[in-house]
Amino acid sequence: MAKESSLKNMVSTLFIVCLVSSTLLGGVYAITKEPIEAAAIAKTNSSISQVVPAFDNDPSADVFTKEFDGNSYKIYPAKKGGEIVGYAVETFSTNGFGGRIVIMVGFNLDGTIFNTSVLSHSETPGLGDKMVEGKSTFSVQFKGKNPADFKMSVKKDGGDVDAITASTITSRAFCGALESAYEVYKLCVQIQTNKENGNE
Amino acid sequence: MSKLSLLTSGIIKNNPTFVLVLGMCPTLATTTSAINGFGMGVATLFVLTMSNIVISLVATQVPDKVRIPVYIVVIAAFVTILQLLMQAFTPGLYATLGIFIPLIVVNCIVLGRAEAYASKNSVTDSAMDGIGSGIGFTLALTVIGLVREILGSASIFGVKFMDSDGILAFVLAPGAFIVLGYLMVLFNKLKSKIS
Repeated sequence: MAKESSLKNMVSTLFIVCLVSSTLLGGVYAITKEPIEAAAIAKTNSSISQVVPAFDNDPSADVFTKEFDGNSYKIYPAKKGGEIVGYAVETFSTNGFGGRIVIMVGFNLDGTIFNTSVLSHSETPGLGDKMVEGKSTFSVQFKGKNPADFKMSVKKDGGDVDAITASTITSRAFCGALESAYEVYKLCVQIQTNKENGNE
Repeated sequence: MSKLSLLTSGIIKNNPTFVLVLGMCPTLATTTSAINGFGMGVATLFVLTMSNIVISLVATQVPDKVRIPVYIVVIAAFVTILQLLMQAFTPGLYATLGIFIPLIVVNCIVLGRAEAYASKNSVTDSAMDGIGSGIGFTLALTVIGLVREILGSASIFGVKFMDSDGILAFVLAPGAFIVLGYLMVLFNKLKSKIS
């Protein structure tokens, strides 16, 4: 039945199996590379369109990065007719209950938050995942708030944010992510005003 | 054994979840909702069938001492192919199941069927066995997911039937064990009545 387990047989069998498998995988990778990239861009674009006012450019094409506090953040400018109408900042916090939380935060030009969208997280289902838009009213409270006069921390810590019941850690992480997004946003706006001043 | 009984054996007599109690990690981790359980089941069904077919084809050419590494390479290749295909063509499903897909490689059912069945039987029998076990696994996961979703989230296949949060414990890990235990009792009771 099975071949004898001699060294030659074993090595050659493993070699052939690995060769065939890796060739196959290489082929599938080449075929799926483009659709995977397209799907990732479509996902980013759809979350951007949720968090900033209506736009007509391709924010993924205009993306730029900003350094803040030792981390780099991706910023997607939303433009309508060439004019910037808002910025979507891809921000994150590593202080979630289940680790990293990535959130897309959209700002109007006056610094108010237009909307937020959670891109990825590993919070507890039924508790921490209520921060995801549509699962509870938690994320709604940030709409239209300006972090300059809205204290971005939970009420327990003396801030203005209603935390999710039984998920204070998640709520804190969410606020932290929004806080850094606002700092990054301020950096962008500064550059923008500097440019405008320079043009005058 | 007839082809049909090969198929039903995996669903009832040798149900991977309720009778063999194999592959508990994905069973407990992914069944927070009926749709997640179903998706995981179908993904495993695909890998199980394909690896059973390939392994029954190559079994006679593989020396005994390296058979496990060979099976694992075959299984891992199919899992990676599945992962790439899902990422490319069903990004929505991939977003919810993505982190569990690589776990199929170490799912005991897949290696178990390869070692216990596919390596000793013909290609068609192995394929039928793979499909049968896969369907059994999918049914089990969907039912567990459905029960946990009804109790834990007050919804069925993502549709809320009651304006309430449900019993949180059933969405979390303890609920998985409780539901699995009770369903196992129920399943074996029904099974003994049939036979």
